[in-house]
Amino acid sequence: MAELFTLPVLFGIIYSGIRLATPYLYASIGESFSQASGVLNLGVDGIMLMGAYTGFYVGMTSGSLWLGLLAAAITGLLMGLLMAVISVTLKAEQGISGIGLQLFGLGLSTLLFKLTMGGAISISGFPPVRIPLLGNIPYIGEAFFNHNLLVYFAYLLVPIANFVLNKTTLGLKIRAAGQNPQAADTLGVNITLIRYLTVSMGGLMAGIAGASLSIALINLFQENITSGMGFIAVALVYFGGWKPTGVLLGSLLFSFVNAFQLWIQVKGINIPSDFAVMMPYVLTIFALAFAVKRVSAPAALTKIFERGEN
Amino acid sequence: MQEKHNAKELLNKTFDALLPLLAVPLALIIGALLLLIFKVNPLTAYWSLLQGAFGSVSGLTQTIVKATPLLLVGLGVCIAFRGGIINIGGEGQLIVGALAATAIAVGFPNLPRMIILPLTFLGAILAGGVWGGIPGILKSRLGVNEILSTVMMNAIALQLSNYLLRGPLIDPAEIERGTQIAQSALLPKAVWLTKLVPQTLLHSGAIIALVMAVLVYIFLWRTSIGYRIRAVGLNPDAAKYAGIPVQFYQALSLMLGGAFAGLAGAVEVTGVSHRMLEGLSAGYGFSGIVAALFGKLHPLGSIPASILFGGFLVGGRSMQRAVQVPSALIDTILGLTVLFVVSADIWSSYRARRRLSNG
Repeated sequence: MAELFTLPVLFGIIYSGIRLATPYLYASIGESFSQASGVLNLGVDGIMLMGAYTGFYVGMTSGSLWLGLLAAAITGLLMGLLMAVISVTLKAEQGISGIGLQLFGLGLSTLLFKLTMGGAISISGFPPVRIPLLGNIPYIGEAFFNHNLLVYFAYLLVPIANFVLNKTTLGLKIRAAGQNPQAADTLGVNITLIRYLTVSMGGLMAGIAGASLSIALINLFQENITSGMGFIAVALVYFGGWKPTGVLLGSLLFSFVNAFQLWIQVKGINIPSDFAVMMPYVLTIFALAFAVKRVSAPAALTKIFERGEN
Repeated sequence: MQEKHNAKELLNKTFDALLPLLAVPLALIIGALLLLIFKVNPLTAYWSLLQGAFGSVSGLTQTIVKATPLLLVGLGVCIAFRGGIINIGGEGQLIVGALAATAIAVGFPNLPRMIILPLTFLGAILAGGVWGGIPGILKSRLGVNEILSTVMMNAIALQLSNYLLRGPLIDPAEIERGTQIAQSALLPKAVWLTKLVPQTLLHSGAIIALVMAVLVYIFLWRTSIGYRIRAVGLNPDAAKYAGIPVQFYQALSLMLGGAFAGLAGAVEVTGVSHRMLEGLSAGYGFSGIVAALFGKLHPLGSIPASILFGGFLVGGRSMQRAVQVPSALIDTILGLTVLFVVSADIWSSYRARRRLSNG
């Protein structure tokens, strides 16, 4: 255990923590937009699975990872649009329709995987890009500045999302749609349009999150490759108090604990690996129970908007 | 005139009740289109599905065997949902139920059936209840969203099971042989559920599930606790105003939901596998939600819904064998069914509103 406090190990854990946070960042930031506007999309995991599959398959067959990424984004966008139709226009119960979307994505990605690929194949994904100068700093360079492009983009997304949500008119409209849609509606905000926009964009980001797994981090596709990561991403939005910076904090915390437990497993330290794997989930429950008390959810979250009510 | 009106009313109500039923054919049509893309004849595929699920004694009994845990989990989903709580934790609750049942049955191999069988079931019900109760209390005391906490509890239960099946609960024979397959020892015969039809898998768990469905119906509509759970689910504010401790009943409904999933776990280990295995839950926690939803969240409606989806699960496997269509097609169809059912609600409420305004 004392070995933990050596530089190579500590920075190794930081390196994998930063990497592991990538899919959560994409998915949770997308989801925080949709939740900020009042729609809980619980189907993120299903969208991620479809994104991971299409990203991998298109990337593999076309030979272009970028084309794969684009395919994943479009798939995610379409599934987000489907969720928007169901939850906004058809006014369906959001928790349940999310479960439906998750089952659909799990089933379809597995079906397509078995029919088109048969078994798990690996490809060489996005290569690491060392940032000049910074990347040469001992330890720090390796841990922070030697990742692939999708990892960097994920972190760039945080300030962008923060700016859009808090400093633009669009962001104001999104938050108004989530806090008080009736009032926003009377002021001329098109609630339906806003929610379609956020849920579709959330889907797009979930698609990219899936692709980040299959063509940038793990570099293969297998049945249920996310194993529930999409649900964690939804939890991280609550954890982060519906703020991109909070989501960043949550994703990092979750991923560092995960990187730490992976290290424990590799080292064969005398904790059963199952308890190590359990740690991040237990931590998330505790965090949801005790840390998120002060922030309140968007008032209209999961509530169906009916024009002219109240 | 009055009679004609009543007849129309009845027709309307029947239409509303039947509308969600369209979800399954619609989902099947989309599934068929998918099959066409991969040059599989959907008629052959669906015929083998139907044959596999309902076409023989063996298929039919397997369908009922699969329907049993779906119904039990679904009943738990019904209770929780009626209390306004979405229980996604069926998977984890079923796993801890099965683990508790296994631990008790293996731990007391020599007790007579009269004692050990009820103990085994009680243990599973309690374990499931605790696994549902924790998110319930977190929700009522600390305001933690139950959808998220039940998902986390699923992941924790899965790891707990992995640990126990490789450690304390592993079959000693597996260690001796050196094969190390993660499964428990065979349960003592004293807890095996009785076979209903010889030479098939059908066991008395199906009867337990049916009885439970009736009991849950009586509980929800004929007892005051059930009435309060439904009141809390329908309108928490009004319930609070009427003096009902809303948070208590929310937690209770989630705990009861967990207890039913735990019971499903006990039925699976004592009725089907006779030991705890990895992957025992096989997605019942999720397909149980589909069954409950398709049964309009009514305990009695969940009975035919469970048989239908049990049939899908069994038929999916024979479809895979016969025409090499991966059984993942079934998950896709289940997912689409959920999406169509929840989307259908708007038509019912739209028609109800139009009827009201037309007088």
